[in-house]
Amino acid sequence: MTAFTPRPGQALPVGAPVRVRQQPPEPHCRTPFYLRGIKGEITDVMGCYRDPSLLAFHKPGLPMRVLYRVRFKQADVWPNYSGSPKDTVVADIYDHWIEPLAGEKA
Amino acid sequence: MSSKHGNHHDHDHDHDHDHAHGHDHPHSPPAPDDDDGYDRYEVLLQTAIRELLDEKGIITAAELHAQIDKQDSLTPAIGGKIVAKAWLDPVFKKQLLSAPLKTINQHFELDITTPLELVVLENTPQVHNVVVCTLCSCYPRMLLGIPPAWYKSIDYRSRVVVEPRKVLAEFGTDIPADVEVRVSDSTADLRFLVLPNRPDGTQGMTEAQLADLVTRDSMIGTSLARQP
Repeated sequence: MTAFTPRPGQALPVGAPVRVRQQPPEPHCRTPFYLRGIKGEITDVMGCYRDPSLLAFHKPGLPMRVLYRVRFKQADVWPNYSGSPKDTVVADIYDHWIEPLAGEKA
Repeated sequence: MSSKHGNHHDHDHDHDHDHAHGHDHPHSPPAPDDDDGYDRYEVLLQTAIRELLDEKGIITAAELHAQIDKQDSLTPAIGGKIVAKAWLDPVFKKQLLSAPLKTINQHFELDITTPLELVVLENTPQVHNVVVCTLCSCYPRMLLGIPPAWYKSIDYRSRVVVEPRKVLAEFGTDIPADVEVRVSDSTADLRFLVLPNRPDGTQGMTEAQLADLVTRDSMIGTSLARQP
């Protein structure tokens, strides 16, 4: 198990509204394209992990990244979503790919 | 490629790539990460690396085959035992949800070591979970063994996140509209096991009988556990 506990204040709290950043993907990017720019909510803080976009190139993978589970409403992800309005998608996203949305509701 | 998820390419794509299999669809030029895109070049490269590792004593042929045997020994039956125990034992279930691998190793005298974190997703009357890896084909191999070919197909990976209910319906799984379908996209260091709902009419069944109802697909979330 390689997860480390985040330092006090390092991680956003569960329930925090966030947006996936619109930035150029690094090689071996683990953030799916379909989530860029989408608003979601942190459901779990999974700990700190070495950065896979660096590990993939045999680098030490530092600094470590906080890994979150972020939940999105399907209706926010796909404008023509045909399922139930209750439906969601949850992805595992590293901290450098999300920005907190102060004062906005997810 | 067929528009359905299943049936084509039932052989194991991890090992047999030189297209000697006898299916009858035409091979179109492969997309960059099409799971059917392995070609002579990849096969030769794989063979060359394997033989070099063996010659240099880094990974011997014996070690390689021991690892293949170990991988092949992992089957969904292990996951089924875990689910059945969780249905019967609320204390175990609580521990399983909060510290999955530690709890599994303790209770089943296993020694699963992995740098990955296991997450157990509990289905409830309000939420149905289904797992995919849209970026590649991440799968809880440490518990369920080799993934089915459809799990790695571009079809499943691209569609289940966009139209999960349609894909589930193709598996024969109809989820009522008032139940949230929650797709987990396995994008990082986590692997997911779905804890399916216990079927009705299973009161009084033993752990072994219950484990029999737990299919591989019910732990991926494309199906429900079997009715007795």
